[in-house]
Amino acid sequence: MVSVDQARRSGFGVEILAAILIILVAVRDPLAGLVSGARLQTWTTVFVSVLVQAVPFLVFGVVLSAVIAVFVPRTFWARVLPSHPALAVPAAGLAGVILPGCECGSVPIAGSLIRRGVTPAAALAFLLAAPAINPIVLAATAVAFPGQPEMVAARAAAGLVVAVLMGWLWLRIGRPEWIRLPRTHDDGEPRWRAFWSSCRHDIVHAGGFLVVGAAAAATINVLVPDAWLQRLAGHPVLGVLALAVLAVLLSICSEADAFVAASLSPFSLTARLVFLVVGPTVDLKLIAMQAGVFGRRFMVRFAPVTFVAAVVVGVGFGAVLR
Amino acid sequence: MNRQAQGVVLLLLGGAVVKAWWSDLFLRYVKPGLGPFLLVAGVILIAVGVLTLVAKESGHHHEPWVGWLLLLPVIGLLLVAPPALGAYTADRSGAIAVVPDSDYPTLPAGDPVAVGLLDYSSRAIYDDGRSLTGRQLRLAGFLTPGEDGGVMLARIVMTCCAADGRPIKVGLTGAPPSGTSWVRVTGVYSPRRGKDPVSGAEIAYVEVQSWEPIAEPERPYEQ
Repeated sequence: MVSVDQARRSGFGVEILAAILIILVAVRDPLAGLVSGARLQTWTTVFVSVLVQAVPFLVFGVVLSAVIAVFVPRTFWARVLPSHPALAVPAAGLAGVILPGCECGSVPIAGSLIRRGVTPAAALAFLLAAPAINPIVLAATAVAFPGQPEMVAARAAAGLVVAVLMGWLWLRIGRPEWIRLPRTHDDGEPRWRAFWSSCRHDIVHAGGFLVVGAAAAATINVLVPDAWLQRLAGHPVLGVLALAVLAVLLSICSEADAFVAASLSPFSLTARLVFLVVGPTVDLKLIAMQAGVFGRRFMVRFAPVTFVAAVVVGVGFGAVLR
Repeated sequence: MNRQAQGVVLLLLGGAVVKAWWSDLFLRYVKPGLGPFLLVAGVILIAVGVLTLVAKESGHHHEPWVGWLLLLPVIGLLLVAPPALGAYTADRSGAIAVVPDSDYPTLPAGDPVAVGLLDYSSRAIYDDGRSLTGRQLRLAGFLTPGEDGGVMLARIVMTCCAADGRPIKVGLTGAPPSGTSWVRVTGVYSPRRGKDPVSGAEIAYVEVQSWEPIAEPERPYEQ
């Protein structure tokens, strides 16, 4: 049994939880009745489904990052990545090809890589490249744009270029103190205990921020009518900007965004390519998770610059497409 | 948020995910193919929760308040269980533009023959309904307002999860029985074409012969 002193030190977590649960069960029926308006109902559906979709990727990403954090020796990364940081960046970016997941999984993995001594620039290149250029995403893009293999090639190339550029930019102007990784397991713990401890920590942390992102994405989904977008589609510059912003706000999984881009057919091919390049690198869900895993000082610098880089590179590749 | 609270929250989240898989509730939100992954993820969450509760760790493992938010999906899945996307989404977002298929094989035998909305639209628009002509067809979906006071049959097409859900619509001739949401219509190919009021996508039409109200199917999204 915990003494009063211990309980005070560890915070009244369980007591709060018990109170919340009792209240929730008591108000269960009114709660379900509250969610009856069509708009609120759609919000709840989208919110729950973004989370249901993301949970497996989050859990597998977290488990993989715990393996990296606990079982892969520090020397491994020094051996496989080129020792010169400027070369390690493109190598780590290309390594993103092998992670068949969406962006929710790559955030904790990148955090774990930095903790294990990988240079932050290379870990960030991996973070940006993995959700953009992995085989599942490229296959989905090929299906969504039948007969337009150039769209797949442009997406892969632009995604990789953005990742490598951001990595190099970090080498030039990034400061280590901008990244503040949350403290994890105490060193010296038995390995398996450290493994589970890392899983628990990452799920609670990244998962909590994922909930924030899902709520934001559901809100945008319900509030922005399609009719507005149709009006912007005809304008070459506004069309590109509209889809770039929409990619951030909608926070769709990178495995699904190609299908949404394909359905945005009134927009130019360049605008839709920008949508595909921005989406996996900057969106509300990612911004929230990056703030949680790397700290807010990192996020306020990294996300806007990545957004600009993704738009510029996307427009550049779009110009080649025509 | 202390360690016990984290353990209980993880246990609840894992339990909610496994229950959503077990009861097929997840089919309202994501593709059926995600099912096995949900089960594995739910089991891992439960395992992490249990180990967090039983482990006799000495150190303090406080996490910020943000972890409490993980209760929201638990509430969403266990207590609210919102319905699949439907008429509201179909009404306000534009129909998707169908893409041409490489070939259009003969429809399976039987009269009437069940056809999906995407399949019907693609065959109608890109193959001039050649493989549909002369057949009695059966389509299922929910009703949504169409052009000029008419109705359209709609179904949500989902790629990944409901967040990317967009409607496919097929125009219907005639007037439906009032007060129905999901219907199964039997009819024949119509050469008529329309435009979606929101997205301007081309819409195929069906000449309806009979209407039959149905319950919402277990897999509400277009397959």
